[in-house]
Amino acid sequence: MAEQAQSAMRPDKGPDKGMVEIDTSECKGCGLCVAACNIGVLSLAGWLNHQGYHPAEYSGQGCNGCGLCFYACPEPGAIRVYKLAAAAAA
Amino acid sequence: MKPQLIKGNEAVVKAAVLAGCRAYYGYPITPASEIAEAAAYYFQQTGGHFIQAESEVASVNMLYGAASAGVRAMTASSGPGISLMQEGVSYLAGAELPCVIVDITRGGPGLGNIAPEQSDYRQVVKIGGHGCYRVLVLAPNSVQEMADLTTLAFDLADEYLTPVFVMADGFIGQMMEPVTFASEVRKVTTPDWAVDGTAERRKNLVASIRIEADDLEKHILHLDAKYKRAEREAVRYEAFMAEDADLVLVAYGIVSRICKSVVEQLRGEGLKAGLLRPITLYPFPEAKIRQLARTASVFGCVEMSTGQMIEDVRLSLEGRKPVEFYGRCGGNIPSEEEVLRFAREVLKRSTPVVVSEEVVHG
Amino acid sequence: MAEYKILHDKSNCFYETYERKGELRNQTHYCPGCGHGNAHKLIAQAIEQLGIQDRTITVSPVGCGVFAYYYLDTGNIQAAHGRAAAVATAAKRSRPDSIVISYQGDGDLAAIGTAEILHAANRGENITVFFVNNGIYGMTGGQLAPTTPVGAKSTTSPFGRDAHNDGYPIKVCELLSALEAPVYLERVALGTTKQIMAASRAVKKALENQVKGLGFSLVEILSPCPTIWKLSPVAAQERVRDEMAAIFPIGVYRDRTREAQPYPAPKPAPPAEQIPAILGIESAEGVIEAAKPDRPVDWRIRVAGFGGQGVLMLGEVLAEAGLEAGLEVSWLPSYGPEMRSGTSNCHVRVGTHPIASPLVTKPNVLLALNEPSLKKFLPTVEPGGWVLYNGESIPEGIQVRGDVNMQAIPFTQLADELGEAKAGNIVSLGALLELTGMLRQEAVDHALAHLVKSTRWLEIDRQALKAGRRAAHAREAERAEVCQ
Repeated sequence: MAEQAQSAMRPDKGPDKGMVEIDTSECKGCGLCVAACNIGVLSLAGWLNHQGYHPAEYSGQGCNGCGLCFYACPEPGAIRVYKLAAAAAA
Repeated sequence: MKPQLIKGNEAVVKAAVLAGCRAYYGYPITPASEIAEAAAYYFQQTGGHFIQAESEVASVNMLYGAASAGVRAMTASSGPGISLMQEGVSYLAGAELPCVIVDITRGGPGLGNIAPEQSDYRQVVKIGGHGCYRVLVLAPNSVQEMADLTTLAFDLADEYLTPVFVMADGFIGQMMEPVTFASEVRKVTTPDWAVDGTAERRKNLVASIRIEADDLEKHILHLDAKYKRAEREAVRYEAFMAEDADLVLVAYGIVSRICKSVVEQLRGEGLKAGLLRPITLYPFPEAKIRQLARTASVFGCVEMSTGQMIEDVRLSLEGRKPVEFYGRCGGNIPSEEEVLRFAREVLKRSTPVVVSEEVVHG
Repeated sequence: MAEYKILHDKSNCFYETYERKGELRNQTHYCPGCGHGNAHKLIAQAIEQLGIQDRTITVSPVGCGVFAYYYLDTGNIQAAHGRAAAVATAAKRSRPDSIVISYQGDGDLAAIGTAEILHAANRGENITVFFVNNGIYGMTGGQLAPTTPVGAKSTTSPFGRDAHNDGYPIKVCELLSALEAPVYLERVALGTTKQIMAASRAVKKALENQVKGLGFSLVEILSPCPTIWKLSPVAAQERVRDEMAAIFPIGVYRDRTREAQPYPAPKPAPPAEQIPAILGIESAEGVIEAAKPDRPVDWRIRVAGFGGQGVLMLGEVLAEAGLEAGLEVSWLPSYGPEMRSGTSNCHVRVGTHPIASPLVTKPNVLLALNEPSLKKFLPTVEPGGWVLYNGESIPEGIQVRGDVNMQAIPFTQLADELGEAKAGNIVSLGALLELTGMLRQEAVDHALAHLVKSTRWLEIDRQALKAGRRAAHAREAERAEVCQ
């Protein structure tokens, strides 16, 4: 997930306000998080996980840490949402 | 303690409180209602609780909840109510929950009547619910035993982690006799497996479900081993002048008292009659019956039914000796005179025993 | 490098891995898009926020939610179909410090378990119920639920739910809101993320109410079942939002959270050493062993009359007095078919020998307090026995038996003269004692003092005993005269 953490840094606008990690092995590909994301940074992958589902993926950029995907997701541990330290404090 | 004259149904409750029982759930039904009434009166004064449930179905499931939480709990009912509880008893047995269920039997089938019968034998002793399980069944024949066997029922329930029935006919429930109670209250500790809402036991689960075939089979065999142990260790009976008897009467509950009287009278006439009274109906005193079969020439089963326990007597005997039956039902009790007549006829018909080499199975 | 902090993560109230089938140890058994997972998350989050994980007991009955115990790291009880509310009731009453959750589906709660939920709510049990309503039987494969919409097809409503055949969807919150006791009833939905967030507040509140001891709270959660509905998870969510919420309006149906007073704590248990006294069990200390009669006695007594004559009470006094006198006793009410038809009788045995049968079929004492009783039981009396009849004389048509001691004394009339017709039973007892010397007066006095709580009645009974003795004495004197 270090990859995502790095790509969240955008030199022009500064860092994203949030970040999301999806455990693709737990994801059942229901797509509710994709539907819930207002800014469209989540999508279902073209590949299949070991269960045979197309897991949700984060584009790697633009997450605002709103947490809607977390609430939409029925799996207890498939999504983890981060907030930028400064934003979290605010 | 000073003996007190008390009804069987009330004795059950006092003994239960002394045994540390603190939860009672019940639904009114004649002839068991005095148990709920006494429980309502005493449980709430002794740090326990009482709920009059909306049905026997709810009662038995409340019992399941309290037993899961690790407290000594009980309910009581009669035939129709016990029928309603059977699903719950299966769950209690499957989840290995200790509890006590008192059945003050009445006449059936259907609404039948409120008079005493012993026609719950099959649904209680041979189990009335689904699955491979058994329940231990104690059959008091006096008010003192209503108290003593209630205490024992709680101990056996804890030892075998299973529901234990105290099954008495309406007469034993309704009659009054002097009872000497225990002088101290039993201290009950929370079992390790309880789900009691504490950090220590947070990981505990009480369940009867085993979704995988192998898991369920293993669980069933574990239950079965427990029942086999009870069959070896928990059998209780009273043998009265049975050792040299030609005719062994087999009876439990109020009927055993009538039979005892009959045996005394027959012995007075020089006739060799005896009585075997099972105190545990499950485990049934099979070995004792087989032992008596070596000397007795005939067995006579007397019941307030058309013959339910007789099946266990026959199974115990495995054809070694004949079994004759006398029963009354519908709320009628076999009188001493009737049983005397029956016993004399049976004795007349049966040829005196010739002790011979016999093959003993198992 | 920017620094991020975790905002939302798997709750600590979930087990890290789930002890279930083989490799599937990291995800739930629920179908993709199933609302149960969301509901579990909301509950776990609330438990964590309220800091009650160690105290929580989750009850999960039959339905797709039966396996909640795989996931929720709380105490868990798996219950029978429909009975979670009863199980939860008892767990809570048994462990008042615990926080008990009943997690039920719509088949479970609104069909097979309607009695249990209704009565748990009506008793105001201090439990929290989460009712997951998806309008279908999921676990058994899509049969009609009590909450299935009219017209909806299911495997058991293949032509659509017909209100004339199947009735209408049951609205649980509306139904329960007719009751006085519930403190909080709210219906929420998992139809949009916004609804889910609102649901999370309701879930927390329902648990918080229990923590505060306020009473019964229920949150109904309208939830998608994409598999059985044969819809994509997203389309199923939309159906919750648009169709289900139209049938089952979301909102608060009861909220007395503010004004409700916490339930009083259960009464503390008395010290163990006080319990025998509470049960009326007396210590044997200081009890003087009663002198037993020097010869064996075996009184087999039948008392009979009509209901209200104190037949059972009279029997009880005899048995209690026998016990006081150090004898073996038993008392058996006639109880059975005749019990409700106005007649009453009991069997009493008082003797020196341990009592085998408590049934008295051949009495040596019959106290017949009315004519039908005399008729019925006179033939059963053993030769040489005693028969006391409540009347001036033996009624016509009843053959006086020469082989028994028969006496007719108007007990009720004598009691009437004392101002209490009801004391006729004790008058007959006085006569019995006088005629037979069955028990010492002292033992009877003790028994009456033990059984009669009212001082007024105790005095009446004492007078009645005397009146009975006097009348019997007079009769004996008359008889002696006649004999001379």
